[in-house]
Amino acid sequence: MNWHAFPISVQIAFLVMGGLLVISSLFSITLAKLHPDRDYRELRLRIKTWWWIVAVFALAVLFNKTISVIVFGFISFLAFKEYLSLIPTRRADHRVLFWAYLAIPVQYYWVWQAWYGTFIIFIPVYMLLLLPMRMVLIGETQGFLRAIGTLHWGLMITVFSLSHMAYLLVLPAANNPAGGVVGLLIYLVFLTEINDVSQYIWGKTLGKRKIIPKVSPGKTVAGFLGGVATTTILAAAVAPHLTPLSVYEALGAGLLIGLSGFIGDVTISALKRDLGVKDSGSILPGHGGILDRLDSLTYTAPLFFHYIYFLHY
Amino acid sequence: MLRHLFYLIIVKPLVLVILGVNARGREFLPEQGPAIIVANHNSHLDALALMSLFPLRTIKNVYPVAAADYFLKNRWLKWFALDVIGIIPIERKATAGKDVLAPLFAALDNNAILILFPEGTRGEPESMGKLKNGIGHILSERPDIPVIPVFFYGLGKSLPKGEIVLVPFFIDAFIGAPLLWSGNRKTFMTELTDKLAQLQSNAQKLS
Repeated sequence: MNWHAFPISVQIAFLVMGGLLVISSLFSITLAKLHPDRDYRELRLRIKTWWWIVAVFALAVLFNKTISVIVFGFISFLAFKEYLSLIPTRRADHRVLFWAYLAIPVQYYWVWQAWYGTFIIFIPVYMLLLLPMRMVLIGETQGFLRAIGTLHWGLMITVFSLSHMAYLLVLPAANNPAGGVVGLLIYLVFLTEINDVSQYIWGKTLGKRKIIPKVSPGKTVAGFLGGVATTTILAAAVAPHLTPLSVYEALGAGLLIGLSGFIGDVTISALKRDLGVKDSGSILPGHGGILDRLDSLTYTAPLFFHYIYFLHY
Repeated sequence: MLRHLFYLIIVKPLVLVILGVNARGREFLPEQGPAIIVANHNSHLDALALMSLFPLRTIKNVYPVAAADYFLKNRWLKWFALDVIGIIPIERKATAGKDVLAPLFAALDNNAILILFPEGTRGEPESMGKLKNGIGHILSERPDIPVIPVFFYGLGKSLPKGEIVLVPFFIDAFIGAPLLWSGNRKTFMTELTDKLAQLQSNAQKLS
């Protein structure tokens, strides 16, 4: 890593992340000191896990392409494993699942090579055709459609969608003088998280009318609108420092991330509700599973990627 | 030494990274022997996953009890089972005039922590077969030894009986409070069966 080789905006972004972590840690420690009678373990755990998430993110973007691809591949692996551990799978498909896992290193190899043509069709076309063939060779037809449908959807969401984050890092840096290699990814992740947080805050303060009560009873119209507006404004404010987007393009990017982040969130909520679980897993103490944290990104990553790819690459 | 390296370099990373165990009730695991861990048996990975829950300094004192007819059937497997995994072999069929449990008593008297699969063999995934009485025999002779029940969920999916390809899944481990000898073999076996059934129902509530 050569810290000074990063654009000043990227350096600032990491200092801000570090600062936010320090502030939230101090805040939670103070809270616990002021109210010794109350239980802040959950909050402390949550913040501690945030430190880990930011550390892994820094590892993923600050060193070199190989490390980035390995870290993002591993994140996809954890997400896919969490998904398969949640859904009902057929015992007969044991080896099919193994082949599905092998798609992860292959997909991230295309990313590492920056081979766009194969990256974009490998899972949607080739895995779509390969996995049912492998199932048919085993010959269990009872529950076939459900098994192949659930398996491929999971692969698309946890591997194909999320691998777009890594592909942002292999786009030609020359097209993005302001943000360099990592600017776009920081922009995407920052706005997606801001969107989650601001939808929550707007919803808590002003929210009344529920927006999608059957899937996610906590979500309100005010939270949704306030969140999207906040994300859109911030997107325009930050864009000149991290991306090649013009002001109008950045407003569009913010709107896209705000709307699709919400949809990603409620889509994973629908999955959990269908399966009757509260959290998708328990790998992130205080947060739940890895899909609970990545839910919005499963939508924002590919959509933002193609938006910027169309406009500037 | 070999055993130490095996757990440090292969088992712990494999269980942590490829699988990933979410253990509830870890505080009930004994720090020193003598003690007996009793678990459901769905996969060859059961014993290794259980061992990996212990810190490395304790592992050297933990021994899975395994069938001699299976694990000692050839030279290489025997070497691997005894010197690398560190099993205590036991005869599944009783022979006249020979106490099949003698090696277990010897180990317990040496303050070992034993891992026992009282179903006797790997059963259907995530279920519990009928328990064998061996554990009752041991406890009637060594009534002070605590028995810690553990129910594993997910290993039967990762590497079921008859499969050689390991498929990654997150695993849930439910560890119960230690059971103490009730003074009667039959009531103790019933208590143990109930306790494992209760841990199993916790697992099913989650899935």
